[in-house]
Amino acid sequence: MKATRHFPSYSAIICVLSLLLGVSRHHPASAEDAISPALIEAGHYQAILGDCAACHSASNRPAYSGGVPFTLPIGTLYASNISPDPIHGIGTYSEADFSRAVRQGVRKDGSPLYPAMPYPSYARMSGADIHALYVYFHNHVAPQAISPPANTIKWPLSIRWPLHIWRWLFSPSIKAAQKRTQSEFKDPILSRGAYLVEGAGHCGACHTPRSITLNEKAQTAADGPLFLSGGGVLEGWVVPSLRQENRTGLGRWSEENIVEFLQTGRTPAGVGFGGMTPVITHSSHAFSESDLHAIARYLLTLAPAQKETLWVYDPSTAQKLRKGDLSQTGARLYVDRCAACHRTDGTGYGAVFPPLAGNPVVMTSDPTSLVHIILKGGSSKSLPTAPSAFTMPAFEDTFNDRELADLVSFIRHSWGNKADPVSDKTIHTLRHTINMQETPVDPPPKN
Amino acid sequence: MAENSHTSSTATSPKPDVLIIGAGWAGSIMAKELTEAGLSVTMLERGKDHSTAIEGTYPKSIDELRGAVRKRLFQKLAHSSLTIRNKPDQVALPYRQLAAFLPGEGVGGAGLHWSGCHFRATEDDLRLRSNTIERYGKTFIPEDMHLQDYGVTYQELEPFFDKAEKIFGTSGQAYTVNGRIVGQGNVFAPDRSDHFPLPAMEDTYSASLFRKAAAKVGYNPYSIPAANASQPYTNPYGCQMGPCNFCGYCSGYACYLYSKASPNVNILPALRQNPRFKLITQANVLEILLDGDRKKATGVRYVNTQTLTEHTLTADLVILTAFQLHNVHLLLTSGIGQPYNPADQSGTVGRNFFYQTITSSRVWLPKNTFSNQFVGAGGAGVAIDDFNQPGFDRGPAGFIGGSPLWVNQAGVKPITAAIGAGGKGKARWGHTYKTEMIEQYQHSLGIEAHGSNMSYRDVYLDLDPTWRNAYGQPMLRMTFTWKDNDIRMNQYVVNKLQDIANEMGATRTQLNSLQYGQAFDSRIYQTTHLGGGAVMGDSPTTSVVNRYLQSWDVSNLFVIGSSAFPQGMGYNPTGLVAALAYWSAHHIRTSYLANPGPMVQA
Repeated sequence: MKATRHFPSYSAIICVLSLLLGVSRHHPASAEDAISPALIEAGHYQAILGDCAACHSASNRPAYSGGVPFTLPIGTLYASNISPDPIHGIGTYSEADFSRAVRQGVRKDGSPLYPAMPYPSYARMSGADIHALYVYFHNHVAPQAISPPANTIKWPLSIRWPLHIWRWLFSPSIKAAQKRTQSEFKDPILSRGAYLVEGAGHCGACHTPRSITLNEKAQTAADGPLFLSGGGVLEGWVVPSLRQENRTGLGRWSEENIVEFLQTGRTPAGVGFGGMTPVITHSSHAFSESDLHAIARYLLTLAPAQKETLWVYDPSTAQKLRKGDLSQTGARLYVDRCAACHRTDGTGYGAVFPPLAGNPVVMTSDPTSLVHIILKGGSSKSLPTAPSAFTMPAFEDTFNDRELADLVSFIRHSWGNKADPVSDKTIHTLRHTINMQETPVDPPPKN
Repeated sequence: MAENSHTSSTATSPKPDVLIIGAGWAGSIMAKELTEAGLSVTMLERGKDHSTAIEGTYPKSIDELRGAVRKRLFQKLAHSSLTIRNKPDQVALPYRQLAAFLPGEGVGGAGLHWSGCHFRATEDDLRLRSNTIERYGKTFIPEDMHLQDYGVTYQELEPFFDKAEKIFGTSGQAYTVNGRIVGQGNVFAPDRSDHFPLPAMEDTYSASLFRKAAAKVGYNPYSIPAANASQPYTNPYGCQMGPCNFCGYCSGYACYLYSKASPNVNILPALRQNPRFKLITQANVLEILLDGDRKKATGVRYVNTQTLTEHTLTADLVILTAFQLHNVHLLLTSGIGQPYNPADQSGTVGRNFFYQTITSSRVWLPKNTFSNQFVGAGGAGVAIDDFNQPGFDRGPAGFIGGSPLWVNQAGVKPITAAIGAGGKGKARWGHTYKTEMIEQYQHSLGIEAHGSNMSYRDVYLDLDPTWRNAYGQPMLRMTFTWKDNDIRMNQYVVNKLQDIANEMGATRTQLNSLQYGQAFDSRIYQTTHLGGGAVMGDSPTTSVVNRYLQSWDVSNLFVIGSSAFPQGMGYNPTGLVAALAYWSAHHIRTSYLANPGPMVQA
């Protein structure tokens, strides 16, 4: 369906591209008199919205000099240097070249980018935003004369031209993309939310399931209920649905919860961890208040992808634990190891220690995230919006597979959660897969 | 993002505006205030950095052997200690094992391992000499007692007590706010400009029994103001605290719930984000450097405790915020001010050193009453101030000072319980030991008299003539013992406990008080509330710093801590230390920076 939808637009892409090239060649972006601090700031903000640093700034390298690895079954890809260095970076890119790379996935030399670059989402970005972004990268980011490590993908898979076919099949034209997103909502706030989530924010890159051909199964709200319905397991973490499922989505999160979560990484409904932590740290905490509200309101419009029975708090577990009744399997482990922070009633403490009762990531059918955070622990980050960084300790040396299965099953079952139990065999496998993850270990926070 | 890495390198320029010595409460408050004022600040700390993620990892952090017994967070005496004697005619010997008092080491200092009792001083505490003379005449003051006023009043400090409580996330119940009775707080407490930021902590069962009994006897019980968060809290710096769950691992531990206020949890997360702030750990300052005529500090000389290399840093302003003992020691080793000489009472540095009287009594309840001593919170509990309040008539009793009485159940841990056995004089082994220990653990509760200790002519700090630390410097020498005034006060207050114990239905009571002639015993833990030695006041002949905590001798040096208290009070010192730090910072910001130089003419 999608292929037929995008395929005929190929000639349109060419037309638009040549049009853009023609127009932009004369754009005065590089002329110093046209660069106002406001424009630089606007471009910087676009870089934050698009989270360019997530892939192009590796922790041990200069900003935007690339080098973040993407481990794929066929080899390792390294994000490119996008600083304005003329040899190692994008210093020779015109604004048209830049726009084509960001929104169409084609390098200056004409070869296609790997779709790890979310250009199918960026295609929606407006010309003005792309202009600001270009000006920012060319005039404010420091050039870095270093190259990322060479990709280790072997011939013939390293041949890039077949990726053009992927682009033609799965990446929309700028015009079509913009039109589709713009037509979704009349309300200017929701429309802004759609522009951010479907465009620069590229939330679907993780939160929308992908086909066997690695394209996102839906790119906009209008594409149907698969959009942002959860992206499976990425780097050992379950990417949850951002739609309105009552148990496993955002069905019980308020607009304020979503805003606080993106802004500070913490809200009484839940605390960010796993793959979302860097997104909040590099990107969403710096979104403007109005953009955060636009995103939240937009997400609240997404109907559930699947019907779920309503989550209702069940007080029986808390009552039993309070009476000292630890007969339920896993109850003693929970009281000894978890209840100090998450409480016997599972409700936690506000935005400091998140609730387990009714927490969507506890109830997802795949228990990977819950197991992962218990085994490895995790820390929130110190942000300008929330300087305190809280740490959950790692329990990998504390529990054997049986115990962890009992504990995880207890948490998934209690307080009305009613998610399926997890076997020790599953835990054994998960422990192995999670240990295989090459997650960089950050130093513990200082507070 | 690129620009961040550039700004941080300019922030680490070799000459900061301000050097701060010691990364505890006072140092962190001063660093926060002065970076807010736009100054660049480098803070030096002799110990390591501390992190809840490491020292507070649950459940490994709640390990009594590692924490309270092996003293994980405390000063490492192998590098530096002090010598102790009771009287000037004795030879002092080094304090080789931490026991009586436990100075901290590392970022957070004593503010990381404290309990969290967070008091304001009373009006009376701050002008004790004047009030005593006005009430009882000069002759009421014992001849050898150095009773002094602080030179600052409660009204002047009130906004800074208030600020400190909001930063610490202090839980408590006010009695009056702006002159109006607002709640069931301490009826003797001075008026406040605002409520506590968090509601009071719940009473433990033992504290609730004490509250009931004390009220019945006719006293005025109140919840101890606790810098243990009764609810999740975000302070004005944006720093967050978790809520206390009464696990009891407060004093001697990093709180795994982030609910005990510490510089590490309540100030440093915000401070560390400031590019004008720099922290150098494992930097033991050996000397504050002075210019040629010794009127201005030029910087500090410190040793990197890992490489043992010496370094010099210069700055326009030096703030000394180490632990009380170390503040005095560093002044002495730097030759700032005149050392106190008890023979002719000349000099001021080391003068008016004092401690805290603290005795713990025990009440046994019937076998059907369980005191639940396993729970607790270091800052929480119920107290009475009837024998500490300004209006209490000391005349007939014949002493100066006072003492709250309180049940401050901080969670009795297994090793402490086993050592405590069945109380003083009870069996130390065998079946009887076990039975009595279990009875004491299940059915008894402790009540403390936590009282003042005055300053005296022959109680002081100076440099030891014999013993040197690992860096070749003379050690600090403490000359300290108990005096009759304070023993009389302690006995008087402790004796009042019997009525309360009876009202609680005690089956047995063991009242413990100081005894006349009893010498200070450094081998037994009492408290880390040490004070004085670099006191604040109105005159350079009796104080080291002026009312703004500015050195009389070196005007770009400020010395902040309980070292500034001229004598002890019935309360824990941290609340007053924090308020004095905010007070001093306020005057540096609003007055000193525009016009550097002495803020009070001597």
